[in-house]
Amino acid sequence: MQYPRRLPRFEYLEPKSLTEACKLLLQNDGKARVVAGGTDLIPKMKRRDVNPRALISLHGIPGLETISHSQVDGLRLGPLTTLGAVESSTIVTERFNVLYQAVQSMASSQVRGLGTVAGNLCNAAPSADTAPALMVLGTRLKLISPQRERTVAAESFFAGPSATVLEPGEILAEIQIPEVPRRSAGVYIKHTLRRAMDLAIVGVAVAITLQDDTCHNVRIALGAVAPTPIRVPGAEAILKGKGRSGDLFRRAAKEAATACQPIDDVRGSADYRREMVEVLTRRALEQAWDRCPGSTEGKR
Amino acid sequence: MQQRQRIIELNVNGETHTLAVEPQRTLLEVLRDNLGLTGAKRGCDQGYCNACTVLVDGKAVNSCLILAVRAQGKRITTIEGLSHNGRMHPLQEAFVNRGAIQCGFCTPGMVLTAKALLDANPDPSEMQIRRAISGNLCRCTGYVKVVEAIKEAARVLKTGGAA
Ligand SMILES: Cc1cc2nc3c(=O)[nH]c(=O)nc-3n(C[C@H](O)[C@H](O)[C@H](O)COP(=O)(O)OP(=O)(O)OC[C@H]3O[C@@H](n4cnc5c(N)ncnc54)[C@H](O)[C@@H]3O)c2cc1C
Ligand code: FES
Ligand code: FES
Repeated sequence: MQYPRRLPRFEYLEPKSLTEACKLLLQNDGKARVVAGGTDLIPKMKRRDVNPRALISLHGIPGLETISHSQVDGLRLGPLTTLGAVESSTIVTERFNVLYQAVQSMASSQVRGLGTVAGNLCNAAPSADTAPALMVLGTRLKLISPQRERTVAAESFFAGPSATVLEPGEILAEIQIPEVPRRSAGVYIKHTLRRAMDLAIVGVAVAITLQDDTCHNVRIALGAVAPTPIRVPGAEAILKGKGRSGDLFRRAAKEAATACQPIDDVRGSADYRREMVEVLTRRALEQAWDRCPGSTEGKR
Repeated sequence: MQQRQRIIELNVNGETHTLAVEPQRTLLEVLRDNLGLTGAKRGCDQGYCNACTVLVDGKAVNSCLILAVRAQGKRITTIEGLSHNGRMHPLQEAFVNRGAIQCGFCTPGMVLTAKALLDANPDPSEMQIRRAISGNLCRCTGYVKVVEAIKEAARVLKTGGAA
């Protein structure tokens, strides 16, 4: 099973619009898969982990590689926007830096040139690096199907390991990231054994917005420590409206460690993961706070 | 079931090939098996080693992860396309001069990855070089000579060394 073989046969479909792609997906009734970069799907097919009868390529559809930004709409990514494109976008580095931090930590330059942000989400690995970063940015996902269009919050998108709320015939059509308030900063810490080409043992994303000297808003999300990437609202509540305090950071971090549900696997034990969630959440909170423009630390 | 084979055009190293391929064939398989271009190596066949790296429209990508049908109409460069009139590319020369090649299995992928880097950033820092090749596994050299070779090639290319 773990050894890759040549790809099995499948039908290769190239719709000319997203609507047509949705229809093809529905017609093939669970037997077809959308392919974006293919960096998750192709290896899985070679290992026979999944066996779709048809692949629906999005590459024949124009205009899906967008990175657009405006004050009103914030940042919008298309279904074929690659990790590499996000990594080299100045608007992402300047204003949505936590997403840059997540993307630059992933895979290799070659895989980042092929793989997409949408594919990373739809693949729904518990360790998907873009997920915690997008969650703390308050991202919404536009899902379209032949019947309807809806948007869901990034944290409501995942249903389990390799499972999402996508219904038959539904496609992730756009990633919508709202404009970041001025006095904000975000941090993504990916804990790995190796410094490159490794999946997270634990991923922690934090975004903080300050008002005067208090925390106006904070979001905390964790990867690789639950069946899906998760937000930890209990930990966030401890900090909202409060000033910078090491004691509160410690309490919030403890709460995050309590809220997660890690497992033992090759990368680390459940106990170790829980411990690292606590350490890294505190570290990410400190760093994010001090990076906010006008924070006492930031002024120094 | 649809007709299995598709006719595609691949522009490889400046030459256009018209080929009939089944959709499940990867670009790596087609380069090696149909075109006899065995420079790109099949190591892991699943994205982890980058021995299969080729340039697609100037970008270094894993040819084991791309379906050949997706490369239709794209500009592909393999290691066989780097030399000019029997002269090696400065990167290839630097790899030889610096002893950055031992068994050579990783070398085509390493050189092409370095080419994509230098095309985009002619004056990379050591960190940028190390980051660019961080996915290219080499079991022989220990990478030090590879990094030196890329630095040397960057110097040569900047001072207008013949390409
Ligand atoms: C060597 C290597 C290293 C990697 N390292 C990392 C890493 O460090 N961190 C990490 O998080 N991931 C990593 N990955 C996994 C992978 O590269 C990423 O998850 C990537 O973002 C997937 O994007 P893709 O476009 O290639 O997805 P695909 O393989 O094209 O698709 C993935 C899944 O999503 C579905 N899908 C894709 N787009 C849509 C859509 N618009 N609507 C509905 N369904 C869709 C597909 O049907 C498929 O099931 C690595 C992979 C490799 C091969
Ligand atoms: S053979 Fe393609 S990455 Fe290893
Ligand atoms: S020279 Fe042998 S693998 Fe790199």
